[in-house]
Amino acid sequence: MSAHSISSIREGLAAKTFSAEEIAREALAFAEAENPKTNAYLALSPERALAAARAVDAKLAKGEDPGALAGVPVAVKDVIVTRGLKTTCASKMLENYVPPYDATAVIRLEQAGGVIVGKANCDEFAMGSSNENSAFGPVRNPMALDRVPGGSSGGSAAVVAQGTAVVSLGSDTGGSIRQPASFCGISGVTPTYGRVSRYGLTAFASSLDHIGPFARSVRDAATLLGVIAGRDEMDATSAFSPVPDYTAALTGDVRGLKIGLPREYFEGLASETGDRIHAAVETLRKLGCEVVDIQLPHTQYAIACYYIIATAEASANLARYDGVRYTLRSASAQTLSDMYRLSREEGFGAEVKRRIMLGTYVLSAGYYDAYYLKAQRVRTLIAQDFAQAFEKVDAIVAPVSPFPAFKLGEKVDDPVSMYLSDIYTITGSLAGIPCMSVPCGNTSEGLPVGLQILTKHFDESTMFRVADAYERASK
Amino acid sequence: MKLSEQDVQRVAELANLALTPEEIARMTRDLDGILSHIDKLNELDTTNVEPMAQVLFDAGETATLRPDVERTPLSNAEAVANAAVSGGGYYKVPRVIER
Repeated sequence: MSAHSISSIREGLAAKTFSAEEIAREALAFAEAENPKTNAYLALSPERALAAARAVDAKLAKGEDPGALAGVPVAVKDVIVTRGLKTTCASKMLENYVPPYDATAVIRLEQAGGVIVGKANCDEFAMGSSNENSAFGPVRNPMALDRVPGGSSGGSAAVVAQGTAVVSLGSDTGGSIRQPASFCGISGVTPTYGRVSRYGLTAFASSLDHIGPFARSVRDAATLLGVIAGRDEMDATSAFSPVPDYTAALTGDVRGLKIGLPREYFEGLASETGDRIHAAVETLRKLGCEVVDIQLPHTQYAIACYYIIATAEASANLARYDGVRYTLRSASAQTLSDMYRLSREEGFGAEVKRRIMLGTYVLSAGYYDAYYLKAQRVRTLIAQDFAQAFEKVDAIVAPVSPFPAFKLGEKVDDPVSMYLSDIYTITGSLAGIPCMSVPCGNTSEGLPVGLQILTKHFDESTMFRVADAYERASK
Repeated sequence: MKLSEQDVQRVAELANLALTPEEIARMTRDLDGILSHIDKLNELDTTNVEPMAQVLFDAGETATLRPDVERTPLSNAEAVANAAVSGGGYYKVPRVIER
């Protein structure tokens, strides 16, 4: 199971080596057996998986095209709604929430023949960098079980690294796809803001939220993104720009491409992570890329900017959990005011409360201009840094995280240092540009390191082209 | 300290969170640390910089309007299926207006 790719399943189905139902049963059994090690799935969905697989087999029997993801076992982060399948956002608040509709990305991947095998664990409401903020227990990194898988999409990364799913969907607000991908040694993609519809993605910070793919190869990530991307009238922020065939960009040829190294990202990166990144840059140079130094001078302000904007938007988005509409109401609430206050106190975990509090504070009377408006202005400067850089280069490469996967419990008591570790991923999120993590070797302890590749808006093709060429060269 | 426990208590009321005294103390410490880092933004003069509310939008203002045609909405039963407490097709809440 863990050796399969989208294309190996397509070939196996075509040659009748196996049926989609057989693959689905194998994936479900493997997931059930492996899950006690990692806690990466919150729930498996055997009925839905088998129904989807049988539909693929029926299409094949009739000689119809079964779709780009035919028979491929997929996991979906539990902040993305699935009709009739519990979607908890890894929160006690939504422990019993059964959505009445499917997210657009879910509909599209099933229409393409994808087989949803389960819902992946994550940090509560996608808030965290280690997956330790799940109300249903942390996820363990399949590469090193005493370590975190990263977050917030830790389960989505772990199931793909473990091989219990071939690809998965995660969500990214400030690095929640790229960082776990790097910690688990797989590829993870944050597409351009608006490239994938967020209809059905539980809102965290609306100006920053993205849905994106995880995969064990750049090609599979590109294929899955191609399936879920594109305009959706159910999400007014989804982009109209046509979706190219991303796999057509995977030529292996990157000669003449200009690659920028942002000086600010490499200062103080004197670690094994830095060594791996520098070696990857050398590989790209050997492949014919021209490597140039660039500057992104406002990088040092990105974390402060992000934690104002993201928490302000979160405090508004999470106001909907009021004890009325979403399953949980405090049993001790007698008055209307207590229903709100006690339900939210009992339903939310510590990190979610911390972010709601910070967001409420920065939006409160007298502080709006000093914090939220100021952060929006700084966000413009950060986006301009990238726009200026892309006048000189085709792609930027950088680290994903300052360090590889850390031990469970190692950083839980220090929220500020946890926030600071998001520095390399937050800038791309604020600018809304496509960025991805591709594996670039391991530390001496055997912990995966990720190389981040960033390109300009809607230029996912160049990002995939560089990542794929690097992946081929590093194998 | 950038903020006191009283400030945190006030924000908790705005956010409709019934924090415990222990949570208030911890939250005061955590928020203070984060706000101290956030002060860094004051190093930048942003007087003539436009605020960015929407990162990117690639079509005209009316492009997102869909044709005004009827659609089948969620049924009443589906709409209240996830209610904490419901009855007669409605959400039920504690008494709102006190006599």
